[in-house]
Amino acid sequence: MSGMTGGGLIRPLTLTVGLLALWQAAVWVSGAPPYILPGPIAVIEVLVQKYPTLVRHGAITASEILMGLALGTVFGVLSALVLTAFRPARRWLMPVLVVSQALPVFALAPMLTLWLGYGMASKVAMAVLIIYFPVTSAFHDGLKRTDPGWLDLARTMGGGRMAVLRRLRLPAALPAFASGLRVAAAVAPIGAVVGEWVGSSAGLGYLMLHANARLQISTMFAALLVLAVFSLTLFFVVDRGMRHLVRWQPEA
Amino acid sequence: MSVTAPAIRIEGASLRFDTVTVFDGLDVEIAGGAWTCLLGPSGVGKTSLLRLVAGLDAEGAAAGGRVVADDGAPLAGRIAYMAQRDLLLPWASVLDNVLLGPRLRGDLKGARARDLRERALFLLERVGLAERASAMPAELSGGMRQRTALARTLLEDRPVVLMDEPFAALDALSRYRLQAMAVELLAGRTVLLVTHDPLEALRVADRVEVLHGAPARLARPAIIPSGDAPRATDAPEIARLHRALLERLAGGAAIGGAESAMAATGAPLAREVAE
Repeated sequence: MSGMTGGGLIRPLTLTVGLLALWQAAVWVSGAPPYILPGPIAVIEVLVQKYPTLVRHGAITASEILMGLALGTVFGVLSALVLTAFRPARRWLMPVLVVSQALPVFALAPMLTLWLGYGMASKVAMAVLIIYFPVTSAFHDGLKRTDPGWLDLARTMGGGRMAVLRRLRLPAALPAFASGLRVAAAVAPIGAVVGEWVGSSAGLGYLMLHANARLQISTMFAALLVLAVFSLTLFFVVDRGMRHLVRWQPEA
Repeated sequence: MSVTAPAIRIEGASLRFDTVTVFDGLDVEIAGGAWTCLLGPSGVGKTSLLRLVAGLDAEGAAAGGRVVADDGAPLAGRIAYMAQRDLLLPWASVLDNVLLGPRLRGDLKGARARDLRERALFLLERVGLAERASAMPAELSGGMRQRTALARTLLEDRPVVLMDEPFAALDALSRYRLQAMAVELLAGRTVLLVTHDPLEALRVADRVEVLHGAPARLARPAIIPSGDAPRATDAPEIARLHRALLERLAGGAAIGGAESAMAATGAPLAREVAE
């Protein structure tokens, strides 16, 4: 809760300014040419100059990330519910889940691009793949660990299976779901950008690759900065939302 | 209460963990419309016996036995259960917690919902929490939380109430108040209370049963304190019964001094003489 107060803003601001100063100092001391290591001022210049391009590509990457996050969360929640509700499903679905994690997403990227094309679909699929497991396993864990005392109570009260799921198990699993979604929000951008690096015609990953080939390193940095700002914002929005959702939970 | 509270008979109850038989062929009578307190050393199967009556699973043990009401009707749907932990839902207000039963049964609809809400508020007033109806459980003290659980139990309005050490986690003063409150509000119901505290049993019970030995048996005769609960715990009779109860719990059977003499000479605790 202290993040919004004045005292909470000073630290991140100081940290940002300090890191930027260090960066600029490194450029001056090393005397590196701008096509190897551009300073923050050069990057900000590019940010201002190429603002429309960065926004256009940024919007594409952002939509990939958001769609991936939404779809991955929906699939994850549904899978966790199926795993909880139908015991036999666990034996069939669990191995699939584990295999989906054992295969590195990076290795799948070229195939996904081959199958789903150079457009947004393959990138959304990458983001879905990368967040599906954390969401499913966290939520399933939460659903499994309902306090047995509550279940005893519900049983003596004569609560039906669906009512118990809706009134007890689901709300009780929300804190676990929230941690899963936090991880998902943090890693979803990785999926989308890796997809763009492997093969794309738009997006921040494409822009970075394109700039890299032309030694426009300051453009690369500018794209990276846009991506970082979006990812951080996404994470904090999700984190804030989740905290609101489980505000009844005592802070550990 | 609209219906009379039935007496309950547990017949041939058995409980086994792997190789250990906790009890076998155990018969227990629980008088109708009265408080029966069940005492006994830890691990003797008190809670398991209560769970058997409640129709709850035996938590990893093999349990068996028949539980019948003396009116011949099934017990399912006629039982309210209160545990040592308050089991309040942290995301629901005090009022919503009290209304958990009807909500789980899908009864909280239409005109019925208004009646139930009114009744819940009335019960919260009875347990002294009228002002806190919209508070969240985390804002309450342990005693208030357990009083909310009592209101939730009362809202169920069941003729049989099973309580598993409901006051054990409370401070002395809260426990003292809540015992009196429970006696008053649960009058006329068939109550089975599992407790570790002999004085609590003597204060609130119409009949005190001690489960002890291996395999466990009920000590005979049952202790029946005179007068109406809640009793003053400093009365001479309660003090005498308290001592007798402690001796029983320590392994003896009859009310008397023989066991304490045995314990004093260092003889092994003779659980077999429990019969």
